[in-house]
Amino acid sequence: MAETNWMRNKEGMGLWEHRGKVAVVGWGQSHMDRRWDGVTMDRSCGGLTKEACLKAIADAGLSPDDIDGLITSADTRAEQTWAPRPYFAPPYDTEDGITKCSAEWIQKQLGLPNVKYLKSDAPYIGPMMGLAAQAVGEGKCKTALVWYPMVNLEGRYGHNNPQNNKNEAPGPNAFTLPWGYQSGAMFNNLVVFQQYCKKYGKSHDGLAPLCINLRRNGLRTPWSYYSLYEPYLITREDYLSARVIEEPLVIHDCDRPVNTCAAFIFTTADRAKDLQQKPVYVLNHAQNGGKGRSSMATLDEHQQACASMARKMEQGSGLNIKEIDIFNPYDGYLTFTQQFLEGFQWHGVKWGEAHDFYADDIRVEGPHPFMSSGGNNGTGRTRACLFSDSIEQLRGTAGARQVKVRAETAIAGCNTPDNCGFMTFSKSPN
Amino acid sequence: MSMIPGLERPAPVPNEQTKPFWEACNQGRLVLQNCTACQRLHYPPAQKCDKCGAADKFVWKEVQGKGHIDVYFVIRDSRIRGFRSAQPINFAVITLDEDPGINFLSNLPGTPPGKVPTGAPVELIFEKTNTGQMLPEWRVAS
Repeated sequence: MAETNWMRNKEGMGLWEHRGKVAVVGWGQSHMDRRWDGVTMDRSCGGLTKEACLKAIADAGLSPDDIDGLITSADTRAEQTWAPRPYFAPPYDTEDGITKCSAEWIQKQLGLPNVKYLKSDAPYIGPMMGLAAQAVGEGKCKTALVWYPMVNLEGRYGHNNPQNNKNEAPGPNAFTLPWGYQSGAMFNNLVVFQQYCKKYGKSHDGLAPLCINLRRNGLRTPWSYYSLYEPYLITREDYLSARVIEEPLVIHDCDRPVNTCAAFIFTTADRAKDLQQKPVYVLNHAQNGGKGRSSMATLDEHQQACASMARKMEQGSGLNIKEIDIFNPYDGYLTFTQQFLEGFQWHGVKWGEAHDFYADDIRVEGPHPFMSSGGNNGTGRTRACLFSDSIEQLRGTAGARQVKVRAETAIAGCNTPDNCGFMTFSKSPN
Repeated sequence: MSMIPGLERPAPVPNEQTKPFWEACNQGRLVLQNCTACQRLHYPPAQKCDKCGAADKFVWKEVQGKGHIDVYFVIRDSRIRGFRSAQPINFAVITLDEDPGINFLSNLPGTPPGKVPTGAPVELIFEKTNTGQMLPEWRVAS
């Protein structure tokens, strides 16, 4: 089991000991495809990871020699390995480089001579970003290259997952698969969404304004899936008449799996001062890791989890949520994003009020630019866009997505209410 | 086999921890772990009590299985092979009357997809899977 003693997963831990002493100084986004075509190696996981990493290093104004830490996650959502299909000529002769991309693989392919800290088993991106900040803060490395690939191979998403094609359900799956439960993010959060609607008298169509605006923001991101391949807005009618997946969930509630990679450079605040980009300082990171009491986590449990995360972010950063300008929580399924919005009470949104907030002005030009990133729903499932937009907004380089309100602090996080990692960014280290 | 036409459920495979639960199902009984230190029921089976942390205080306790429908949705595009031949199919959460903090999954055999009476009482039944293993299900109480 991966180490968790670096996590800030409890309330009452106080200010983060490395608050303002770690900064993000570069980032890079690779090309994005819907799926890997299986033959173009520079569009494979390895190829795209190299592209993103080199862009991040260049964005920071660093050279490969400056990198002394490499951090990544094997949680690439590849669903199945490439085997038993044939592999390719080195370095694409194993899964490493095709469905994941380890620190060792990147060190070798990019020829990074001064790496002293390698971590290939970081969790998914939310906590991975916290791990990276913690590693730099603790001096395990001074300049960390951190990347998160998302892999999408041929075939319908999820249908190739071996567990979904067996006649038997062993282990914990014995209590889920026989009733059709197929994933926590989709099923449990749809259950919670239904409980939310029941409790607050809301309905699925209340998500339409969020979906429409996320696509709008995603189209203001030049590299997004929708900018590249489907460059048009969607309407309320499009949303309401979309293909039903698990009623009432429709296809537009689900972020689109893509094949891509994003990379970030974390370094010390001292080192950051001399680099070409304005540093974006890390004021805190925190994690949630839990499960509900019984088969399905409940609305009450998810609300408690989100409220706890909000308190942890306030305690660790010293900032009140009222002081947070940019807010990019996860939206892999639109059904759970509202728990974050209400749990944090960003812009004063209280329990049961998210749909009303969505129906107000959440455009990037407006007073409540919720999820200026466009999220994964509007961008394609990179998960990293939540973090890269937060960084760009604080740098003032978000282009057509740049908010008109103050952009000096940001919070981004991923994945779901009960399992997530969040990070507070600031233009100032203080 | 399931009362739901076309449904081929993946069959539960018991392990050392869950064997008493599944054996009870084969006898037409629903048993849950109960922590004798704090009198707290657990489902699905756990390694230790999520309240007091005790790992050696569990006993298996039979429950009636009466419950109510909390919420539901309808599976229309399942990723699970055995469900694709049965969709649309209900997916409901059942709360246990004896402890509403315990919930179960159900496809509500006998209730047409989307015609689910949320809040209605349900009764426990058992369905056989393709290995012969029985599993708990619920249907709207008559």
